[in-house]
Amino acid sequence: MSKPYQPPVQSGAGQFFDSLVVLVLVYVSLMAPLLFKEAPAAPEAGAEKPAVTWESLNQTPAMVEQWDKLGVNIEAAAPMIANRFDYTIEPVSLILTILVIVGYFFFVLRTSDREFREVIRERFGPGKEN
Amino acid sequence: MTAASMAAAAPQKNALLKVLGPIHVWALGVGIVLVGEYMGWNFSVGKGGAYGSLIACWIIGLLYTCVAMIDSEVTSTVAAAGGQYTQAKHIIGPLMAFNVGLYLVMAYTMLEAADALVVGDLIKTVAGQYGAEVDTKPFVVLTVAVLAWLNYRGVFMTLTVNFVITAFAFIAIVLLFFSTTGLGGAEPILRHSELLTELPYGWIGVVAALQFGMWYYLGIEGTCQAAEEVRSPGRSIPLGTMGGMITLLIAATMTWYVCAGLMPWEYLGQAVTPLYDAGRLTGNLEMEVVLFIGTIFAAVASANGCINDASRAWFSMARDRYMPQWFGAVHPRYRTPYRSILFLVPIAVSFAFTGLLDQVVTFSILSGLLGYTFMSFNIVRFRKLWPLGSINRGYVHPFHPIPCILLGLLCAATYFATYLGYGASLLSIMAFYILISVWFVTRRYKYVRRGDQFTMPWPRPKGY
Repeated sequence: MSKPYQPPVQSGAGQFFDSLVVLVLVYVSLMAPLLFKEAPAAPEAGAEKPAVTWESLNQTPAMVEQWDKLGVNIEAAAPMIANRFDYTIEPVSLILTILVIVGYFFFVLRTSDREFREVIRERFGPGKEN
Repeated sequence: MTAASMAAAAPQKNALLKVLGPIHVWALGVGIVLVGEYMGWNFSVGKGGAYGSLIACWIIGLLYTCVAMIDSEVTSTVAAAGGQYTQAKHIIGPLMAFNVGLYLVMAYTMLEAADALVVGDLIKTVAGQYGAEVDTKPFVVLTVAVLAWLNYRGVFMTLTVNFVITAFAFIAIVLLFFSTTGLGGAEPILRHSELLTELPYGWIGVVAALQFGMWYYLGIEGTCQAAEEVRSPGRSIPLGTMGGMITLLIAATMTWYVCAGLMPWEYLGQAVTPLYDAGRLTGNLEMEVVLFIGTIFAAVASANGCINDASRAWFSMARDRYMPQWFGAVHPRYRTPYRSILFLVPIAVSFAFTGLLDQVVTFSILSGLLGYTFMSFNIVRFRKLWPLGSINRGYVHPFHPIPCILLGLLCAATYFATYLGYGASLLSIMAFYILISVWFVTRRYKYVRRGDQFTMPWPRPKGY
């Protein structure tokens, strides 16, 4: 059996640096879409806004009654009702997303397999195909 | 098995006591997940309308049934602490295990952030009803700090309390259902025929709703975290997990039915505390108080379980040197992974401070989704490396490979659902896992003891 791999001992400063790297990666990667989230467009100064009615918001009397019970007036309800998702599919961004996900799993599985062989070799001895 | 092939069969030191039965497994799973009925699930209404949300609830229920079937087989065989992280170490390899450990940490830490955010927002809402204006931030910090302190001191008592407050939160949903439908003797107040609309985005909205449909059940796989402490894993884990799934399917359907019959979908799709709002709409003060307490209890119980699970996953990775060893320390007096608990506190608090519940929930969901994708090829490899009969399996799930194919397809559909509306978050979280994987390979793996990564008493894997 080959000699087991002996990992180096990591210094306290090295461990601190690695912890910092993880923290920075978490914040940068995960906070980015939160920070760059599109802010709602500000109303144009001086522009005349047509009066909003429950009818123009397609709300039935029953819905209006429930909005009232919830304590949400028409001014507060209007942006909630107008807030809609845009499900337009952009081929470039969709293909990019697919490539990123598939590429990620391909990289992880391939590298893991190489590492797994090292683990098995050390645990069970030199390779012996079953 | 030869003597050489049993090299890994050394008895485990510090083995945990095997005291848990199916009821405990059920309580563990439902305890973390039930908060999903109190908040978060309703964003699926925003993405696909009320009917879209209901269809998503059932389709994602199918995804989780596959997860429960596959997980029951692997967990009842790899009956060791660490859950899916330990499974990945033994079946796929170190880099996958590192990623799976991170999926668990991120899914639970973001869920914890969402729980704290909901507590703060609910207190602000209730204070506003009585004319007071309060800032949510102190309540967010207080919630995370108190629970982190409880976990720091030890969790035995806390988890016992968790079971009681989870039961209260479940009963609150049942009470609300009976009081609004008229089954409890009162006048029915649900107005489905007047409030339900057609699919606002058509069928593409139903697909998009799958993303937040996951929130109904996210975390049920946490049942396998206790695998080492279960008396009869082959019986208790499948029974407890599938029982938990049935409970959640019932609770989810009741929650949808009540909320869709009380609120316009545009409100419901953006509400932070929909069940509390449903309680308010009953016009019954007692019911409002019950739902207020239920929401707080569900959020606190979930956050507590999340701190427990996330810190233990981080601790396990540090002990294996996947993360700096410093986090692998156990408190000399309380025997808890105190450094891991403290390290995750600022992350949870800062994400809760953003106030963007849907984004925080998306991060948690995506980490969970990556974990389920891993499960679909994990079971294929598990059956390939150790075919049936080569090792003792606590439970063998039926119809293989249909559940893993179905799981893979449903995961792909949910990635697409997330792309619809949350594409930037999806790419951002993928960038995080790619960067940190490269960091692991180039920087951390050299500190890992190779042979120590395989501790199960199994024969050499086929083909290796």
